[in-house]
Amino acid sequence: MTKRVEQTVYNEQLKKKIEEIVAGGHPKYHERLKEQNKLFVRDRLKLLFDDGKYLEDGRFANCEANDLPADGVVTAMGKVNGQTVCVMANDSTVKAGSWGSRTVEKIIRIQEVAEKNRVPMLYLVDSAGARITDQLEMFPNRRGAGKIFHNQVRLSGFIPQICLLFGPSAAGGAYIPAFCDIVIMVEGNASMYLGSPRMAEKVIGEKVTLEEMGGARMHCTVSGCGDVLARSEEEAISEARRYLEFFPANFTEKPSLKEPIARKVGRSLEEIIPENQNAPFDMYEAIDALIDEGSFFDIKKFFASELITGLARIEGQPVGIIANQPKVKGGVLFVDSADKAAKFINLCDAFSIPLLFLADVPGFMIGTKVERDGIIRHGAKLIMAMSSATVPKISVVVRKAYGAGLYAMAGPAFEPDVCIALPTAQIAVMGPEAAVNAVYSNKIEAIEDPKERIAFVQAKHKEYKEEIDIYKMASEMIVDEIISPSDLREVLAERFRFYSTKDLPLPPKKHPVYPV
Amino acid sequence: MTQLKAAMAGTVFTVNVAEGDQVEAGQVIIVLESMKMEIPVETEIAGKVSSINVQVGDFVNEEDVLAVIEA
Repeated sequence: MTKRVEQTVYNEQLKKKIEEIVAGGHPKYHERLKEQNKLFVRDRLKLLFDDGKYLEDGRFANCEANDLPADGVVTAMGKVNGQTVCVMANDSTVKAGSWGSRTVEKIIRIQEVAEKNRVPMLYLVDSAGARITDQLEMFPNRRGAGKIFHNQVRLSGFIPQICLLFGPSAAGGAYIPAFCDIVIMVEGNASMYLGSPRMAEKVIGEKVTLEEMGGARMHCTVSGCGDVLARSEEEAISEARRYLEFFPANFTEKPSLKEPIARKVGRSLEEIIPENQNAPFDMYEAIDALIDEGSFFDIKKFFASELITGLARIEGQPVGIIANQPKVKGGVLFVDSADKAAKFINLCDAFSIPLLFLADVPGFMIGTKVERDGIIRHGAKLIMAMSSATVPKISVVVRKAYGAGLYAMAGPAFEPDVCIALPTAQIAVMGPEAAVNAVYSNKIEAIEDPKERIAFVQAKHKEYKEEIDIYKMASEMIVDEIISPSDLREVLAERFRFYSTKDLPLPPKKHPVYPV
Repeated sequence: MTQLKAAMAGTVFTVNVAEGDQVEAGQVIIVLESMKMEIPVETEIAGKVSSINVQVGDFVNEEDVLAVIEA
């Protein structure tokens, strides 16, 4: 009898302790969350996990301190779409989500759990950065904050790593998003920067707003550090869940298939693609004609929009799509588009997601601006990523593939599993106008009679077009197949099924020398 | 007031409106030619064309202001 009473006392005490911990920081900080349209960390987790259920580690961390529940971070395991994942989530009601020594230790431990169990790791970031009072115990030591980034690098490509940015990610903390596969940022609240506007004003004399320095929109449109711009926390969480559906738990597994869905009702590819090689069209509409309706997950939609990168499904099979967008900057490849594609290809290849290249590319941009930006170096990143990817790769020349653009879009020399051309495709070092000018410019200028000059140019255009005729390319076995646009979706689906057993190890070596 | 800027270096291929014209959001104001491609420059806002700073055939650099639209 006495024993049972004692047990009840213990349980009451435990219950009270837990209630205090899960309540988070002082009520005034909860009020502030509401003003900022932010959710409390535990409400975020309820939205993220299936049925809102999760199990925590280190819940009592720093519980003796009384005002530091869970030491400002929740680390937990739970399920997302039925798949186990590990999560670390800052609690900004506790000392602004700053990192103390136990905060850091908890993050390191949950990363270790993710590694041992080979499951995805999610970082829900909303943190002011290091807790200066704890710096000796959390900053420079072997299991200090640096270890978190070291672990992230170790886990990169081993398990998916996803960052959801709900608030600040400052100074060193900004490297958590940097080492993740994808960064989802909430507009208006998310930010990342090495030095805050206040620090910038003091140290270098620059006066800017937080949004200009490192806001979500800036990072998703200008710097390219953000991948998805979410309008709310709820949207950010549902996008993270949707993203995870495309990925296996770790690199040893394959992504799962889903029930096929018909393409979106709309115009056919024949109607979408203009006859005039130089006229723009919207590649998103062409993608809609190929993929399962509603399956597209756009990555870096607002950054370097001349190239589209996104995950999708074709008859239920996951694919990573890299497509030139002729509607933006003519679909020409720039420094940023090359970087964008390189990272996306690395991501897909790491987790066995096959690649589909949709080429309509006039080439890499030329001119002093891009040469000074190092377009050759950036282009090399894209070509190396594409070339070393061993997942199934299908290259489709939708309209044109000129110059190194053909190489970048997995042209024949880069061992695509198949290079398909649509009947209107043109493959060449350069387009007819540029080529005729390059070869015959002296001769053209020497012809005095304007009519004769036009006739000469037109005759040379015709000759050149015959030279690069797509049937000639197929006859020389440069392209493997020419198909009608209306058959493309079905052919892609069938071919990706055929190539699903592809196994192509690279020659043994440590790693290539990355042209970064 | 919105400045329409060149997204990339190229030459002015067509100027589709005149100063003083009323334009709709999404309307193509100027078309550039670059890398042998037509690059349409659209206005994000509806309003009046208050100035056109280029002529057909001009070379423009990335970020050059091509036209100004007033809401």
